[in-house]
Amino acid sequence: MTGLAAAFGSGAMTNSIEDLTTQAKSYLIIGSNTTEQHPVIGMRLRQAAKRGAKLIVADPRKTKITDFAVMHLQHKPGSDIALLNSLMNVLIAEDLYDKEFVANRTEGFDELKACVAKYTPEYAEKITGVSAEDVRKAARLLAANKPGALIYAMGITQHVTGHQNVLSTANLQMLLGNMGVPGGGVNPLRGQSNVQGACDMGCLPNFYPAYQKVVDEPAHTKFVEAWGNAASLTPGLTIVEMMNAAHSGKLKAMFVLGENPMMSDPDLNHVREALNTLDFLVVQDIFMNETAELADVVLPGASFAEKDGTNTNTERRVQRVRKAIEPLGDSKPDWVILCDLFKRVEARLGTDRSKGKFASWDYESPKAILAEINAVAPSYGGITWERIENVGLQWPCPNTEHPGTQFLHAGKFTRGLGKFHAVEWMPPAEEPDEKYPFVLTTGRVLFHFHGGTMSRRSAGLNAIYPEGKVEIHPQDATKLGVADGELVRVSSRRGEVVAKAEVVEKADPGVIFMTFHFKEAAANLLTIAALDPVAKIPEYKVAAVRVEKV
Amino acid sequence: MVMVNLVINGRKISAPAGSTVLQAATQANIKIPTLCDHPALGSIGACRMCLVEIKGQRTLQPSCTFPITEGMEVQTHSTGVVDARRFVLELLLSDHPLDCMTCDSTGSCELQDLMYEYGVKQTRFPGEQHAYPVDDPNPFIQRDYNKCILCRRCVRACQEINGAEAIGMVWRGFRSKPGTAFDGKLEDSNCEFCGMCVEVCPTGALLGKQVLGQGRAWQLTKTQSTCPYCGVGCQLDLYARDNKVVKVTSHWGAPPNQGSTCVKGRFGLDYVNHPDRLTQPLIKKDGKFEPASWDEALNLVAERLADTKQKYGGDSIAVLSSSKCTNEENYILQKFTRAVLETNNVDHCARL
Ligand code: SF4
Ligand code: SF4
Ligand code: FES
Repeated sequence: MTGLAAAFGSGAMTNSIEDLTTQAKSYLIIGSNTTEQHPVIGMRLRQAAKRGAKLIVADPRKTKITDFAVMHLQHKPGSDIALLNSLMNVLIAEDLYDKEFVANRTEGFDELKACVAKYTPEYAEKITGVSAEDVRKAARLLAANKPGALIYAMGITQHVTGHQNVLSTANLQMLLGNMGVPGGGVNPLRGQSNVQGACDMGCLPNFYPAYQKVVDEPAHTKFVEAWGNAASLTPGLTIVEMMNAAHSGKLKAMFVLGENPMMSDPDLNHVREALNTLDFLVVQDIFMNETAELADVVLPGASFAEKDGTNTNTERRVQRVRKAIEPLGDSKPDWVILCDLFKRVEARLGTDRSKGKFASWDYESPKAILAEINAVAPSYGGITWERIENVGLQWPCPNTEHPGTQFLHAGKFTRGLGKFHAVEWMPPAEEPDEKYPFVLTTGRVLFHFHGGTMSRRSAGLNAIYPEGKVEIHPQDATKLGVADGELVRVSSRRGEVVAKAEVVEKADPGVIFMTFHFKEAAANLLTIAALDPVAKIPEYKVAAVRVEKV
Repeated sequence: MVMVNLVINGRKISAPAGSTVLQAATQANIKIPTLCDHPALGSIGACRMCLVEIKGQRTLQPSCTFPITEGMEVQTHSTGVVDARRFVLELLLSDHPLDCMTCDSTGSCELQDLMYEYGVKQTRFPGEQHAYPVDDPNPFIQRDYNKCILCRRCVRACQEINGAEAIGMVWRGFRSKPGTAFDGKLEDSNCEFCGMCVEVCPTGALLGKQVLGQGRAWQLTKTQSTCPYCGVGCQLDLYARDNKVVKVTSHWGAPPNQGSTCVKGRFGLDYVNHPDRLTQPLIKKDGKFEPASWDEALNLVAERLADTKQKYGGDSIAVLSSSKCTNEENYILQKFTRAVLETNNVDHCARL
């Protein structure tokens, strides 16, 4: 979310599901298979299409949402920036952009203008495969139907140029004057139930809670006062950097709470070696998963249904998670296990944090932890346990009188003026060649979730979608002599998997699609750990592969 | 808002212009029975359960579609109205199986509740009964159209809430029923198994397969919570019995989902009680996991983390936090990483 922070000053979804789905007159959905990844939003977008809103979907694959779209721009994987720049080129060339908004609310327009000048629809067509005529038509539709909302998901961020891609979406929405209004905005849809919350809480190597910077002296002082101690002013390692550090022996021990990097990280063979190199690995989870298999100690946490707490959804809404049953067996809520462990570690280290305002781990309940969060995270200041009893509140919500914030950047961007960034298209880190002639792109299906740890243990979900498949275009299938349901071997420079082929006309010829839900056919054995240099997101969406009949 | 004054059962009330009689009554806490109407769906006035007497109207009118007007006088429970409703119920009963004792809907069935309220024990209209097979093979939804009352809530939910339009009314006359195109299987249709049709069905015609035999409404405890799957954070009502989550229904009227759910939230939470759940701490000895006590496991972890920190410094340790855990858990974990381990090596898989 570094892109949005650079453009607007805040990295979160700008608008709310409600205004997004009911008030927008047009949508640009890019890199989001909304109906399968965020089905409830997908349903509401279909209703929006029925009330006459114009849906434009930009996706290399045909997905369910494209059925409801007025236009499907089927651009090549990794060509998002070229596509977005060409839309902006048309808006400027045809004088369709919001001049008042650009003049009053933004800076850097001249740089943007100079940059997109070269991306005429004809020039971009060679990169994106989308016809110049369609680009013009789409740009005109967006300009004529305002407010318009831009929606994206992992299809935008999971590229070497993920950060740049996001900047580009921000450019477009500012140019259209679609910011700070209901039914507009730049709206990243978060993949997991509490990704937003984990970020907000400071589970990032460069941020304390509520995006207070690790490198800032005052923030550091604040947390030393609150906690009695804090780490240095130097940001820590990101997840992929951690794996590299483990691999090289620099990292000795790792504690993993409720994650399964052995399924979700790119280049799984590398991850396995890295984790095996560690002196000590602890995994706390509800199931034995591929990462836990490699651990020295496994701690049984309780599921969401067995504990109290709060989650923050994709629209910044903090909502209650409530205990419905008792923890199974000897398992315990994660916060209970953690506090117990922290006390034991601290006793051994003999750290003295007694001067900190919040030095103790003896929380009575999650409610007491939230009270501490209220005190140290300004945007969560007014989101108290009692206030969200029935309906969640959206941050920023600085005090208990504040009603929460439905959409960001009304009247003024968090950083003052919105900043245009000149963003050039760059080819993906790995392009198809003679040896690996296909482009692999990865994603999700409706019936499964992430590494599959949860959804594959649901009887119904597993029954209806029991195995991972490789989607291949009929033309490619014919060339390879592969029929629907036959096994194929997909290999990249990093590994190989064997899975059943599903011959469908969803992606363009030359592009194959796999999910990462299935450990028997883990797409991430093939993906590349090339990182976006700023956001440090691996490139899941594009890898060069070879496909053979088995 | 323009308000309209009217009188219901002798009581003066006012309601916003454009309301139906049913909406005006509901607002004033006057209960009118309904079957085809559902607050989340457009009204179609099909079942005639909600009939009321309106002064000046020659016939009884369905309150769910009849708009209010200034000075209107309404009777919701006059003898004529109650007789008419009983007639509707008897007709429905003439073609409805009487297996309430074993029906999973018992206790949460709107049809049963109305039969009870209106004291309808048997029908004066014995006639032909449907004998549909109950055999849709999908893993989520049981469809028993012998219990269908043709209210079309399911069809409207599929259209107006999901938008998949997997089902519509098929056939005509006595054979008329909801179904997919060509009256086939759900799996062969556009169905996404969101279960909104199950949610709104007033009878036992549509039921989640996983809830069959798991207990009736009064045996279950209900808890509102947040879905653990994607980032939308749908509000759900979880129902539990014997420490098991056995059923999930929509939590209506609250953001972010306003009652909508997808297949994972409604039918995918049985992983919670899966036998694979880890129920005790494990320590690896000679390459094999062995069960351990909490003390043993936590002391070992504490010792190794403390040793590593003392020997190699805090930056030799890294922590991965969880986008599936709560804010409170994430907060304390990064606090520990920074304040006790003294490293900023904390991340989670948000980027991924
Ligand atoms: S299946 Fe249920 S919701 Fe659908 S028409 Fe029949 S009774 Fe109504
Ligand atoms: S489960 Fe959802 S998609 Fe399928 S028929 Fe019911 S409402 Fe329609
Ligand atoms: S509820 Fe009014 S006619 Fe069915």
